Amino acid sequence: MDKNHLQRQLEMKRSLLDQGYLDEQFIQLEELEDGDNPNFVEETVTTFYANSARLLQNIEQALGSRPIDFTALDNCMHQFKSSSTSIGATRVKKECTLFMEYCEAANAEGCIRTFRQVKQEHASLKTKLENYFKLARQGGTSAGGHAGRS
Amino acid sequence: MNPSNGKGSMSTASSSAAWKAGDVVPDQFPAGLRVLVVDDDPTCLVILEKMLRACLYEVTKCNRAEIALSLLRENKNGFDIVISDVHMPDMDGFKLLEHIGLEMDLPVIMMSADDGKNVVMKGVTHGACDYLIKPVRIEALRNIWQHVVRKRKNEWRELEQSGSVEEGDRQQKPCDDLDYSSSANEGNWKSSKKRKDEEEETEERDDSSTLKKPRVVWSVELHQQFVAAVNQLGIDKAVPKKILELMNVPGLTRENVASHLQKYRLYLRRLSGVSQHHSSLNNSFMSPEATFGPMSSLNGLDLQTLAVTGQLPAQSLANLQAAGLGRSAAKSGIPMPLIDQRNLFSFENPKSRFGEGQQQHLSSSKPMNLLHGIPTTMEPKQLASLHQSAQSLGNMNVQVNSHGAQSSSLLMQMAKTQSRGNILNESAGSHLPTLPSSIGQPIISNGIAGGVIGRNEIGDNGRGTGYNQVAQTSSMLSFPMNHTTELAGNNFPIGSTPGISNVTSKGAFHEEVNSEIKSSAGFVPSYDIFNDLHPQKSQDWELQNVGLHFNASQNANPVQGNFNASQNANPVQGNLDVSSSVLVHQGYSSRQQGSGQNRNISAMGRTMFSGLEATGQGNEQIMDQLLNNLIVDTPVRVKYERFSDTSSQNALFADPFGQEDLMSALLKQQGNTGPAEPDFDFDGYSIDNIPV
Repeated sequence: MDKNHLQRQLEMKRSLLDQGYLDEQFIQLEELEDGDNPNFVEETVTTFYANSARLLQNIEQALGSRPIDFTALDNCMHQFKSSSTSIGATRVKKECTLFMEYCEAANAEGCIRTFRQVKQEHASLKTKLENYFKLARQGGTSAGGHAGRS
Repeated sequence: MNPSNGKGSMSTASSSAAWKAGDVVPDQFPAGLRVLVVDDDPTCLVILEKMLRACLYEVTKCNRAEIALSLLRENKNGFDIVISDVHMPDMDGFKLLEHIGLEMDLPVIMMSADDGKNVVMKGVTHGACDYLIKPVRIEALRNIWQHVVRKRKNEWRELEQSGSVEEGDRQQKPCDDLDYSSSANEGNWKSSKKRKDEEEETEERDDSSTLKKPRVVWSVELHQQFVAAVNQLGIDKAVPKKILELMNVPGLTRENVASHLQKYRLYLRRLSGVSQHHSSLNNSFMSPEATFGPMSSLNGLDLQTLAVTGQLPAQSLANLQAAGLGRSAAKSGIPMPLIDQRNLFSFENPKSRFGEGQQQHLSSSKPMNLLHGIPTTMEPKQLASLHQSAQSLGNMNVQVNSHGAQSSSLLMQMAKTQSRGNILNESAGSHLPTLPSSIGQPIISNGIAGGVIGRNEIGDNGRGTGYNQVAQTSSMLSFPMNHTTELAGNNFPIGSTPGISNVTSKGAFHEEVNSEIKSSAGFVPSYDIFNDLHPQKSQDWELQNVGLHFNASQNANPVQGNFNASQNANPVQGNLDVSSSVLVHQGYSSRQQGSGQNRNISAMGRTMFSGLEATGQGNEQIMDQLLNNLIVDTPVRVKYERFSDTSSQNALFADPFGQEDLMSALLKQQGNTGPAEPDFDFDGYSIDNIPV
């Protein structure tokens, strides 16, 4: 195990946490990792991004329809938010909450605007996590710090 | 962890409840707890799975509610607990919750990112045993086993409470079965028993221990007096001692009243609150949700239990069932009709409870009006499976079925009378807790089964004038035939799971019955059959049941009223009472007879009880046995005549088959000669006594 790598990985994680990109939930996921499933976190995040793309599409569509069905929109976003929360994507979650408030107020403008934020945070986190996992792999450890395949 | 279960797959339960039997070594508990996770979000699903595995549970994940339901249905005892998301695209989580509650009566935990009070409240009202806010932490999952234990404990407690003397040893079973959960659990169970909700529980315990006490015949009059006393005191304050004083019946002991009260409470509980696990008023003989189907199953179970006890030869049982059900029993040879009856019973009551609407419902929906005594085949299909030779019974069934309600009432009554043995019904946690056990007895002895069966088997016929009449009696309950019909289609499982588990909160009181039934090979097909037959109905039923269920809980009074017909102006209620009285009477009288028949019947009841008890614990095995035993060839004819007598409103009572036939058949099986009639002593009831 490369100490530098590990250290850098830990630092990166610390930074992500401090900046609010990730929260305790992410740490929980890492703690779940074990020898049997050393890449659990990375796999889960991959699953998340694969699925969330679809969910974002749904929201996009709902936003595009006229008139906007705010109930459906709210449901779609709820799904997305729930998924994001499960991996600890805090910033994304915040934007989702804001979005849902606009939905409740039937504020289309607010929804559209906030949705852009949601997508932005979503993409930004994806990049950061990719870097994180890459670092972990390079260091010979999994995201959770478990020795695993590189 | 659990080898037998594999990965939480539908390992067919080795006929034991969940991890109890053999699935997991008691010491390991809660390791090996079989969890079914349902969530449409794949991310959440894998995370939950990982967390649950980390807790050493056996996890099966599912991303569609429909798939989850079929998984559960295919393997009734394959899971201990279900965790489900609230928001799912194919089915609302609450709907799934209701389904599970009704059909399988498993504890269900809801989860959602939504933590709004309304949503959480919804979870509570729909019967979820817990609600987790996402993101779910592993700590929250570590303790979910408590819900499983709690549920089982409650079930056992109910069984225990409603157990009769003969059940003394049966009651041991739960204890043994609870071993898995270690002595602590047993201690809990015992302590829970001690901590009765009402003092009567203790009394009930006493009753149980005094085995061989002469049974009291709860005639219609007596029961009405009882109900009057209870109402006067207020169901919450009604203690046996005071009830006894109010009733002022010489020769009646406090124990008699206590045990009767126990059953009554269970009955009420069933009527009003499927979702409640505890034995309270709500439990009643008839679970609101009891659908037609389940009722049948109950009956079937009862018979089986009885059969198992050996008192009633399987043959006899089968005959009885067949007879009762009429031809419907054909399908599985399992006394489904009985079960159906039970369901009927349960369903019917709720309906009646819910009021006039129901009544009208009854009249309008199908010709089934109980009062009309025209046998409307409620659920021929349901009974179809039970078809057995007994044509006569079939007739009875038909009649009974049509009246659905009637059967139910009969069953209920039977359950009541049986109460001791019937605990199965109650304890099993099935919605119709009392029904099953009691039904078993009465049915057998009184041929009430026939009535019940009739319920199931409407199709057969016309002959059953007698049945109709019986139905009439039950109709008093004024079960809406419509209701039954709907029920029939589906709810086999619901009603049928007597004793398996309390339907309680899940709203699936039937589950108990169903699960038990399902466990037995015989039942499963029935259930499936029913489902197939009434796919839509089941849906309706479920919805209905749910509705009923909830209504029930909200209206405690109606429930009571139902039970106590005489007390209420509500005709429906009144009917029920009357019928029940009759049934009760019959049940008792037969027992008292002491004749071979009676003994047999009692035995049967006991068997049922034990059988049902077993089911509560996931006794698939027992159920299997019961089912096997129940397959009787001899047609037994229920003496509907008696019923008809009691039913003041029935002109139909002309039952050709009469209980005598049933009894005879039964007796013959058992080696008794002579018509069953004398033993059943329906005469005792005589119409005169029944103040309709």
